Amino acid sequence: MKKRNIFSTLLMLGAVGAVLTGCGSNSASSNGSSSASDHAGKITAVGSTALQPLVEKAAGQFQNDNKKINITVQGGGSGTGLSQVQDGAVAIGNSDIFAESKPGIDSSKLVDHKVAVVGMAPVVNKDAGVDNITMAQLKDIFTGKVTNWKEVGGKDEKITVVNRAEGSGTRATFEDAVLSGAKAVKSQEQDSNGTVQKIVSSTPGAISYLAFSYLNDSVKPLSIDKVKPTDANVENNKWKIWSYEHMYTKGKAKTATADFLKYMNSKDVQDSLVKKMGYISIHNMKVQKDAKGNVTDAK
Amino acid sequence: MNPKRINNIATAVIYGLVGIVVLILLFLIGYILFNGVPDISWKFLTTPAQAFSAGGGIRDQLFNSLYLLVLTLLISFPIALGSGIYLAEYAPDNWFTNLIRTTIEVLSSLPSVVVGLFGYLFLVIQLHLSFSILSGAIALTFFNLPLLTRSIEESLNSVSDLQKQAGMSLGLSDWRTITRIILPVGLPGILTGVILSAGRVFGEAAALIYTAGQSAPIVNYANWNIFDPSSFLNPMRPAETLAVHIWKVNTESVTPDAHLISSASSAVLIIVILIFNLSARFIGNWLYKKMTATR
Amino acid sequence: MKEIQNKLLTKSKATREDHFGRAICYLCIGLIIALVVCILYFITSRGIATFTQNHVNIWGFLAGTNWNPGSVDAHGNPEVGALPMIVTSFSVTVLAAAVATPFALAMAIFMSEIAGKKGTKFLQPVIELLVGIPSVVYGFIGLSVIVPLIRKIFGGTGFGILAGTIVLFVMVLPTITSLSVDSLRAVPLSYRQASAALGANRWQTIYKVILRTAAPGILTAVIFGMARAFGEALAVQMVIGNAVLMPKSLVSPASTLTSKLTTDVGNTVMGTLPNNVLWSLALILLFMSLFFNLLVRFIGKKGSIKK
Repeated sequence: MKKRNIFSTLLMLGAVGAVLTGCGSNSASSNGSSSASDHAGKITAVGSTALQPLVEKAAGQFQNDNKKINITVQGGGSGTGLSQVQDGAVAIGNSDIFAESKPGIDSSKLVDHKVAVVGMAPVVNKDAGVDNITMAQLKDIFTGKVTNWKEVGGKDEKITVVNRAEGSGTRATFEDAVLSGAKAVKSQEQDSNGTVQKIVSSTPGAISYLAFSYLNDSVKPLSIDKVKPTDANVENNKWKIWSYEHMYTKGKAKTATADFLKYMNSKDVQDSLVKKMGYISIHNMKVQKDAKGNVTDAK
Repeated sequence: MNPKRINNIATAVIYGLVGIVVLILLFLIGYILFNGVPDISWKFLTTPAQAFSAGGGIRDQLFNSLYLLVLTLLISFPIALGSGIYLAEYAPDNWFTNLIRTTIEVLSSLPSVVVGLFGYLFLVIQLHLSFSILSGAIALTFFNLPLLTRSIEESLNSVSDLQKQAGMSLGLSDWRTITRIILPVGLPGILTGVILSAGRVFGEAAALIYTAGQSAPIVNYANWNIFDPSSFLNPMRPAETLAVHIWKVNTESVTPDAHLISSASSAVLIIVILIFNLSARFIGNWLYKKMTATR
Repeated sequence: MKEIQNKLLTKSKATREDHFGRAICYLCIGLIIALVVCILYFITSRGIATFTQNHVNIWGFLAGTNWNPGSVDAHGNPEVGALPMIVTSFSVTVLAAAVATPFALAMAIFMSEIAGKKGTKFLQPVIELLVGIPSVVYGFIGLSVIVPLIRKIFGGTGFGILAGTIVLFVMVLPTITSLSVDSLRAVPLSYRQASAALGANRWQTIYKVILRTAAPGILTAVIFGMARAFGEALAVQMVIGNAVLMPKSLVSPASTLTSKLTTDVGNTVMGTLPNNVLWSLALILLFMSLFFNLLVRFIGKKGSIKK
């Protein structure tokens, strides 16, 4: 134990040294933008793999202006993020899902920071021969009532449902919006957007759902009730399947963490990075959703 | 059927099976290299990765992988060597030794995810090592130890008893016999074990996701201060390795050239391992010649 | 006189070295045991929480076929039947090892008994290379080559035990091969000479002498191979389909213990039932590999020739 203390002291010394040199050379370069912070420290953010690239990139930009702050961003899944921030092991827990809807998490102790909105669309293999579907049909497919594409106006081909991992934010969002309480049929499950994309694009008759940022030529996104899965439709809630990306802190965010979260909400991040990542800026939303799924007009 | 006939048939079957395996191996390696090599360029190897735009490289990941490998071997090789010597030379043939062997085999059959999570809870959280190369190296030691111990023991056991008796008859102590006679003879075998386990360290992803982390902060390659957080040598910084990078790019990445990065990285990985293998073999032969009387 | 007595009574440098070296070796083995005990304790304590804290019936867990840890069945018990995953893990591992062993043995015999130095020199690095290919890459090759192939031949989706077996077969092949080679090479030359002197031809020597002598080592190689197949997660996860269903055939989507573990562990919260039950899966994994080890050890003891 003692040895570790010495080691960490040395580390600290090294860190202080780095901070001092960093200060000297860079104090002029922070040009008073919204990202400038007076605080120093180390922030660790853990959780959602989907949110990780955005936070990582934003953290990189933030650190360019604030050499005193060291931010580490890690994946591990929303559940991991929430339980670690609840235990106080990390400063920020990234999550695709409301803390309220995760059993075992005491959401009253956590403070929610919504940093982006992600839309999700059902996707099918190009062979299915369908490009529009009703919400009821979609529900029937995922509950196993409809098992052939010809029943919903497509080719005579068996439907292969590819679901997302149980407990994942993506699945929770989709089931809230589409299944309205019904149980999904037992089927294949995949954890990551990339794998789902690959499976759907290569398996005839496959259906699954993906975040907007993963939609590309290899799969076919479906319109629901003639509404196209676009950012604009999410912003006014015409497209129902969407959720927030959250960054939770334990109690109110303080010092460096607060500054970083403020930066995440600034125009710098929301208007450029968030869009580049395929997310929807939280500033553009005309509606808001609470943890129970009630949608109201944005204030 | 006479023995001669059976001999011929058996030989033919062996040749056939070997042929199939070689075909599979060639296909696999060919597939990876064919898909990846055209995309490898000096720029790819020396630029940092990009989160969502094309054109990212693998500079940091490549270095992290190598550094992690070195650290892991530094930690696990001495332990495995000591244990291997114990099992091969000292261990009495009784239930206790059997128990030890069984526990080592159990250790090797632990799924990497479990080791990763154990590392996460124990090293990262409990010991406050945070997401770091050091946590990753210790977690990988768990995998390395059984394989390494086993192969060291086997290669020590395969040293002929005559050599040992010769040492004894010269009046050497046990320890000297082991270090001066048996170890040098067993060296090529030990080296094979090290290479095999090094390969696993290189390709391991599941255990590292939760220990060494999945982010590669920009590091300064001119900073040799091992305690500085921005130094490339600091073992306490998070480090995404090449295998983890391939996993990440394949599963969650939104980069438009994800496929290209993944196949090129796989090819780089194989090539690095190949270089590593060849040089290790060369050094092994050289050491063998130097440490024994073989000419 | 005194001097001579002193010299005889004090330990020589060599003896001290000897003791020192011995102590280091004991220390190392002690460290390994400590590590194993530590990790075993950790997994066990987490794994049994399902039964002690959440009061899940062990039998219901092992023999149930309904997996849905988030919800409860008609009697208010959580649906945590792990049997489909146990069966799938078991079949994938055994099948992969069964397919890989003959190939690996042929490779090992070829490399140690038949091929000259040249063949070995070529094969050995190639095999070692294969160990280093990350499982993700195996998984993706499986996903883009093997799964479509199976779909074409057998119909269905292509995901399932068969695809998992094929991917694992390639993955465990290098492990089994290189360890088998080691144990074949460890057979003393005198055995081969004795066999040849009795007039046995090459196959007779291999089959009746070398393989029998090396049997325990080969079995160990197979265990290590099975261990790798058993613990493999990322590659299997991509090709097995991850559907917690009782496998109906070799080509219907299924889920192994590890694939479930990898898929779900990041999405559950420490200390809750869905997380605890995953640790219970890890515990089963542990027990199953322990069982394999003991079984093979038993067989190895019976089959080996006394030296």
